[in-house]
Amino acid sequence: MASASPVINPRRYLMDDRRFVGLIFLAPALLYILLLVGLPFLLAIAFGFSDVTVGNTELNFIGFDNFVAVWENDIFRQVFGNTVMFTLVSQVFILIFANILAIIFTQEFTGKWFARFIFILPWATPVSLAAIGWLWMLDTKYSPIDYLLLQTGFLGPNGLLSNSRNLFWLANPALSQISVIFVQVWRMTPLATVILMAGLSSIPTDILDQAEVDGSRFMRTLLQIKLPLILPIMVIALLFSMITMFGDMTVVYVLTRGGPVDYTRIIGLYSFQIGIEGGNLAQGAAMALFAFPLLLALALLMLRTASRAEVR
Amino acid sequence: MALLIWILQNFWSLLVLAFASLVGLRIAYRFHKYGATRAELSHILRRSPFYLVVLIFCFFAAAPFMIMFLHSFKVDGDLYRRPQPFVYRQDPTLEHLESLFTNTAYLDFIRNSVVVGVAVVIITLILSLPAAYALARLTGRWGERAGILMFLVYLVPPTLLFIPMFRIVVMLGLKDSPLALIVVYPSFTVPFSMWLLQGFFKAVPPELEEAALVDGYNRVEAFLRVVLPLSLPGIISTIVFTFTLTLHEFIYALVFITNTSRRTLSVGVPTELILGDVYFWQPLLAAALIIAIPVGFAYNLFLDSLVQGFTMGAVKG
Repeated sequence: MASASPVINPRRYLMDDRRFVGLIFLAPALLYILLLVGLPFLLAIAFGFSDVTVGNTELNFIGFDNFVAVWENDIFRQVFGNTVMFTLVSQVFILIFANILAIIFTQEFTGKWFARFIFILPWATPVSLAAIGWLWMLDTKYSPIDYLLLQTGFLGPNGLLSNSRNLFWLANPALSQISVIFVQVWRMTPLATVILMAGLSSIPTDILDQAEVDGSRFMRTLLQIKLPLILPIMVIALLFSMITMFGDMTVVYVLTRGGPVDYTRIIGLYSFQIGIEGGNLAQGAAMALFAFPLLLALALLMLRTASRAEVR
Repeated sequence: MALLIWILQNFWSLLVLAFASLVGLRIAYRFHKYGATRAELSHILRRSPFYLVVLIFCFFAAAPFMIMFLHSFKVDGDLYRRPQPFVYRQDPTLEHLESLFTNTAYLDFIRNSVVVGVAVVIITLILSLPAAYALARLTGRWGERAGILMFLVYLVPPTLLFIPMFRIVVMLGLKDSPLALIVVYPSFTVPFSMWLLQGFFKAVPPELEEAALVDGYNRVEAFLRVVLPLSLPGIISTIVFTFTLTLHEFIYALVFITNTSRRTLSVGVPTELILGDVYFWQPLLAAALIIAIPVGFAYNLFLDSLVQGFTMGAVKG
């Protein structure tokens, strides 16, 4: 190939070839990831169809038995429902708050740096540590929230909410679910906000200038120009945080370990408890796999939206 | 120490006072600059609902951290007996903070987290710097497909992978070894940083590389000598966010490492600082806060850069 001219050194020629260098540059990362995600993923499927446990290293394939057993398990059905419910409900709130905050933080105002520092803390803190803070806030006996409610007359004798001195946030079925959703919203909102901020700041300024020249006011610019333009990115933010939440068990692990009874148990946590703590790797894997078609559908939807945003 | 006690005992009044004086100063400054006119007053009034909204959001975001701060210094009696969570009735103490560092494995957790984090950052950079450049500049259609594949891989959640990975880790004899985390974490940090870096690389004007090529550099040299130095700020912010991703990770760290002194922060603090049913609340809350503040600071410092990388990665350059 390089023989056309003796001046060209074949190695140099190769180093100048875009396709070759591109391949060399991309290959290590691609291989590493495919090995580290692809292999365990295939293994997870294999586990799902086998009877492997922590003690038993042999893979005996037993067909769909695990999946049937998992689906006929009443607890798992509730766990599945919880997971979907938590994810969907929290997304609604995350989206509302993230939109408001993204609009706030793409403007200039006094004290913005400090306000941004505060509002980013929930996301910056490692989830498990932030959850510890909430574990105390929602404590059965010493909850500062309960104390405030007690002082304002919502709790205690003749209280508006309850006659007891405490609400038992993490012991009451409904309240524990609300608490988990609240903490998820609290910690995921900053991430969605940052993605939306990226969307807002990528709107070409000439469009906004033109709108201003044409006499468009703040609300009108917002509703008729900004929001429609960032709609694709909003979908990305939404699906991104949905997938993150779907695949996370940290908050419930620290706050409730799935209790009271099974009211806050979610798929990730349950498959950890069955697969690792209980030693039944096969059933744990089968549980995690149940969620996968849903995640895949979400991811594909996300990519379609993203590519459509690029075409426009 | 006396100052700390005084600050803690007057926490809320100081907070309100600091806020009020800042607002006062700001208004005074505007009056000084634009004159105390009616127009200026109405401007302030018009802006105040906006600030109120900001304040409410800030309050909700900060509430647990303020409580963490206040409660880290309480003596047991003040914390548990007829609790009044918002004030100090007994003198604050540093004893719990001291015991966190001397009686618990907290320092081990920090050290393990740093070791794992630094190692993962290095591996991630080695793999993702060239790969991101390839995606940004060198490859055509198939590179785009490879990029989408990476993105899809990022979406396969740890909850699906931890069981087979646990098996592999045990088979390789890496259980309880930080090496297990160091090898596994790049599976999510590499796609993430590729996505970010690709955005930063696209922001470098291609003309600069072409000039370098004309000057006799080859592609690799152009990348090393021109593109990398120019995107250094982006690379630094990628390092920061990659490091914190490893700091946040919970499931793998929980499953792979069960030996107390080998655990990392995210798992060590919530599992090892609790003895059975006994929660050592002050050290627990302090342990969480000590990590939260610097990371929050770093995030805020590099947020603009993150937003920029994200935007450039999403929009075709």
